Amino acid sequence: MATVRLQQLTRKFPDGSVALAGLTLDIKHGEFLVLVGPSGCGKTTALRLIAGLDAPTSGRIVVGEEDVTDLPPGSRDVAMVFQNYALYPHFTVAENIAFPLKMRRVPAGEQQRQVREVAETLGIGELLARKPAQLSGGQRQRVALARALVRQPAVFLFDEPLSNLDAQVRASTRAELVRLHRQLGATMIFVTHDQVEAMSMAQRMAVLNKGRLEQCAAPLEVYRTPATRFTAQFVGSPSINTFDGTIEGKGSRQLFVGAVQVPVTAPPGSGTLAVRPEHLHIVPPGDGTFPVRVALVEPLGAECIVHALLGDNTEVRVRVPGLPTVATGDTVHLRIDHEAALVFDAEGRLEGRGRRP
Amino acid sequence: MPARGRRVGGAVAAVAVATVMVVPFLWMVSTALMGEFEVLQYPPPMLPATPRWANFRDALTTLPFARFFANSLIVAAFTVTAQVMAGALGGYALARFRFAGQRAVFALYLGALMIPGVVLLIPRFLIVDALGAVDTMAGLVSAELVSFWGIFMMRQFFVSLPRELEDAARLDGAGEWAVFWRIVLPSAVPGLATFALFAFIDSWKSLLWPLVVTRSMSLRTVEVGIASFHGLYYANWPYQMAAAVTALVPVLVVFLLTQRHFTRGVQLTGLR
Ligand SMILES: Nc1ncnc2c1ncn2[C@@H]1O[C@H](COP(=O)(O)OP(=O)(O)O)[C@@H](O)[C@H]1O
Ligand SMILES: [Mg+2]
Repeated sequence: MATVRLQQLTRKFPDGSVALAGLTLDIKHGEFLVLVGPSGCGKTTALRLIAGLDAPTSGRIVVGEEDVTDLPPGSRDVAMVFQNYALYPHFTVAENIAFPLKMRRVPAGEQQRQVREVAETLGIGELLARKPAQLSGGQRQRVALARALVRQPAVFLFDEPLSNLDAQVRASTRAELVRLHRQLGATMIFVTHDQVEAMSMAQRMAVLNKGRLEQCAAPLEVYRTPATRFTAQFVGSPSINTFDGTIEGKGSRQLFVGAVQVPVTAPPGSGTLAVRPEHLHIVPPGDGTFPVRVALVEPLGAECIVHALLGDNTEVRVRVPGLPTVATGDTVHLRIDHEAALVFDAEGRLEGRGRRP
Repeated sequence: MPARGRRVGGAVAAVAVATVMVVPFLWMVSTALMGEFEVLQYPPPMLPATPRWANFRDALTTLPFARFFANSLIVAAFTVTAQVMAGALGGYALARFRFAGQRAVFALYLGALMIPGVVLLIPRFLIVDALGAVDTMAGLVSAELVSFWGIFMMRQFFVSLPRELEDAARLDGAGEWAVFWRIVLPSAVPGLATFALFAFIDSWKSLLWPLVVTRSMSLRTVEVGIASFHGLYYANWPYQMAAAVTALVPVLVVFLLTQRHFTRGVQLTGLR
């Protein structure tokens, strides 16, 4: 069973920077877990610790039943695909893929057979005699993947393997990786800073911020019920609208008061109301609506994104299905889907939602 | 068209620089083919009246140049091999390993780079003398087996190699020696080739140490041989230039052997 358990992993660097601060995470056997967060949040550090390329300042790493914290990288049943692929430049593709087998003293004939098999699976059988310098980005990526696959490890680590590919290759590789995961049933930990990539690939996604875990849950749950204000803002594009204000009143009379007013269920005090762009609607003026001035319209074909300004110049983003019906300079009225609104407390933790008036 | 103007300007500058570089060389070849006294005419002639190819044969047989070439090659072979090995190992250690006193060692190396070689001449001689190695091949070879410059240059090269290569190899099950021998060293061939070329040229053209540490004719190097046309034959310029032209051939050969890696190496080490 290739579960991976991270227990209170902390990594401080000698220069004082803290890349990971007590990361605890349980990854299930055969799971495709995406570790996502902005640049510098500690994703690569987490992978390097799991791989054994770096040692934690404190905390333990358990793979299956075995505590591997003090094992060298070669003795862990873990393969990693690096962001820059790290292909050995002086080896051919075949030699690159065979290297882990060679280091494990697999007989030469068996090496060749396995290299061939993996190369065929990934459609790089014709490239075996080339050097890495003679490959395209997508091909290099496949070779790096093949070198990981050939070992048949219990756990795969991917460090932003798609970020150096152009958009089309990236989309197809994404789908292929997910397919590969189903086929192999291996545990995979996939790192990306791209929340769209995370949403589309993950079985569960772990959102990391400044070396801390914000939330780990299925993508839609993270989207619908973000545990923190950071997660709410990090996931979703265009990003969620936020309004700072206070929660006033008692019992069934609580009201969020800020640039907008929304009935909520949350304890009184200062807080933030967050509303996704698809939960704002352009409507005729009436009860519970508020006027905004349209600043910019981005037509995307199937939908358009309207950027508008409230009276106090707070910017809001509205997702409108279909073709644009408003233009820059118009004044239009917006309604909020109250029940979809989220309320975060002063520390940024989810503490309630909007409700029907 | 400013872009075109710039291109023409660049070409003119390139030709000018190339001319400045190549003229002394052509003059050397021309002088090598002149008569002994033809050289001394005023104004000095650009070309020999009749090229005297015999100068080459005469210059190279007046003194035992075959022996000199062999000596120079032996010295260069030892020096380059030792310097490249020390550079690769020392440079890698400084670039990658964290150990106590690492900064101090690096500072010491940098400091050593600033000591002019001439200052070391006498201490080195005294050491070699104490070892009884004056006027022996061992003494001749011993001078520059380790180059701080080489260690420094290879360190810069290894620092610029992506660490992920080594990490990938460790994950693939390679121990530290396998990482170094199978991955790091082969990836460093451009840097090593560049340094080997520099080391070869340095060794080939060294004059002072071979002059000081050897006395026997059978231990002299090419450079010492060339220099001895001064004085011994009251400055025989054509012979000297003929020997110098011949001495360039091995340098050219080594350059041609390494140049495939050379441009890349210079770029990678940031020498440019
Ligand atoms: N070797 C190191 N020395 C000092 N600080 C480091 C080192 N490696 C990473 N860091 C710091 O740790 C933080 C997390 O880095 P990293 O894990 O690479 O982030 P990510 O992969 O999420 O972009 C960053 O602030 C980075 O500057
Ligand atoms: Mg990273």
